[in-house]
Amino acid sequence: MRIRHPKDFCTGVMFLLFGAAGMFFSTEYTIGSAAKMGPGYFPFVLGACLAMLGVVCVLRSVLGEKGLQLWPVLHFRPLALVLSSVVLFALLLRPLGLPVSAILLVVLCSRASHEFRWKEALLNAAVLIFIVLVVFVYFLEFQVPVWPSFPAGRT
Amino acid sequence: MELLANLALGFQTAVSPLNLLYCLVGALIGTLIGVLPGIGPVQTIAILLPTTFSLPPVSALIMLAGIYYGAQYGGSTTSILVNVPGEASSVVTCLDGYQMALQGRAGAALTIAALGSFVAGCFATVVLAVLAVPLSELAFKFGPAEYFSLMVFGLIGSVVLASGSMLKAVGMIILGLLLGMVGTDVTSGIQRFAFGIPELADGIGFVSLAMGLFGICDIINSLEKRETRTILKRKLTGLWLSRQELIESAPAVLRGTLCGSLLGILPGGGAILSSFTAYMLEKKSSRHPESFGKGNIRGVAAPESANNAAAQTSFVPLLTLGIPPNVVLAMMAGAMMIHGIQPGPRVISSNPELFWGVIVSMWVGNLILVLLNLPLVGIWVRLLSVPFRLLYPAILLFCCIGLYSVNNNTFDIGLTAFCGLLGYVFHKLECEPAPLILGFILGPMMEENLRRGMLLSRGDPSVFFTRPLSLAFLIMAAVLLVLMALPGIRRGRQEAFKEG
Repeated sequence: MRIRHPKDFCTGVMFLLFGAAGMFFSTEYTIGSAAKMGPGYFPFVLGACLAMLGVVCVLRSVLGEKGLQLWPVLHFRPLALVLSSVVLFALLLRPLGLPVSAILLVVLCSRASHEFRWKEALLNAAVLIFIVLVVFVYFLEFQVPVWPSFPAGRT
Repeated sequence: MELLANLALGFQTAVSPLNLLYCLVGALIGTLIGVLPGIGPVQTIAILLPTTFSLPPVSALIMLAGIYYGAQYGGSTTSILVNVPGEASSVVTCLDGYQMALQGRAGAALTIAALGSFVAGCFATVVLAVLAVPLSELAFKFGPAEYFSLMVFGLIGSVVLASGSMLKAVGMIILGLLLGMVGTDVTSGIQRFAFGIPELADGIGFVSLAMGLFGICDIINSLEKRETRTILKRKLTGLWLSRQELIESAPAVLRGTLCGSLLGILPGGGAILSSFTAYMLEKKSSRHPESFGKGNIRGVAAPESANNAAAQTSFVPLLTLGIPPNVVLAMMAGAMMIHGIQPGPRVISSNPELFWGVIVSMWVGNLILVLLNLPLVGIWVRLLSVPFRLLYPAILLFCCIGLYSVNNNTFDIGLTAFCGLLGYVFHKLECEPAPLILGFILGPMMEENLRRGMLLSRGDPSVFFTRPLSLAFLIMAAVLLVLMALPGIRRGRQEAFKEG
């Protein structure tokens, strides 16, 4: 029994997991009846439908006609660099202030490009921080912490 | 006539200096973003949504609408000049537009795209104005059962547009509905699926979800593909159309306009479907179908008119019934809700200056675009030479800052990163995120209407089938499902998406 459509197989598994999770967590709330639906009713039904769909997907991927699907290829570097730069920004914005976090964000995520060059990335970061400070903070009055918080002991 | 009075009110609102400015800004930014390949109206709206928070709701909507149809204009520029579609609905324009450019007729192609879009925009605005009041009055007859069935129809319609397997698209819809359940349940006041995280009490932030699924995910995908940018090396000469070309393309513009106006209103319709359909129609109705794909001006005129008409008429279901027919309008619905306006038939009576102001501003915006864009086309083209490696960190930074400004907390930024990861997984598994966003927006509304419908009928589910309007919507949804499953149409659909 070979998995003929790997992408559909993984999709089915994903749907199954989400659906099962939906069903499981819905039971913590009152389900109620069809006439008087509790908070858990609709999510439970949705979870059940999703789980069933997941099973169908999995079955089709195994029993279906011969397909040309290949296992999806994951490239970890761009994914990891971009996501971690965003998360890092989120963690460091308040403690270190906008300019520092922004430099880190820009440089770190620029590393994900195959055309990366240090000088360019740093220059890009400087220009962008300038644009952000003028357009977003000054003109559009975005409330973003510009200064780091630790010198004054604020959070 | 009442229509004239309403249009006058709309004019007053739309032509106020502030709104005129935001219309201009929106249209220009939209064109700019449309020109840049890889970023479409959905991402732009997601990125710029936080900048609209400090604006009054009317101005915010005017600007966002400007971005949408501005992106249509911009997308055609790159399609014609560089053979790279600026965004999805401009794909078809590449086919004949680029060939015309190679033959030295780029100016004519650009001009007919702009003029055709303007004519289509005017027509679509009239359609919007005329349909507005009758449709809203119809919507007042809607009970919860009708709303629920209409939303089902809308969601099924969005599957039509999903280019992948239907089963997966339906799954994405249900997943979106489920994600919409996170947060405080309106009826009972209980927090669902919040897992003790206080920031999730109001549900998953719409902006976070949209930016993560569309913005961040797109960037990661482009990085994987090792995107670079092609620079235009050709100089642009002559923007004028010969009289012959004008006469030739006029019927194509009209056909495209009608096609787009109609398809834009339907759920799942929108600019992409309209431009494809208009092109196919034009090809089939021509006496020389083999000339299409080799630089036939009708192959540019029809899809460009269609996609602009559809972009505007797709506002009809949102502004009158409160149901977004496609993912871009779902973003608008999200924007309206963030500004405290509940989309629905009451908008036209409770906020008439918003309603009519947005409609008239669309016409104004189209005028601005046609007057400004043709001279500015050289500048837009120069922007194409910004290397991707410098552009995407900028987008990421703007996204993060925008996200922080929504709720002044950093949790939203982290949530977006998680949604970016989800989006990446979806992309690898060939699952479309658009149906998920639609499900997410409609989920809470669907649940509320389902509950109320069942409560009113005392637990009798047949109410959805016995009330005539509700039954009609459900039947249409079923018909759509059956049609999509039929092998003949399935093949045609796959072909249409292969051409793109």
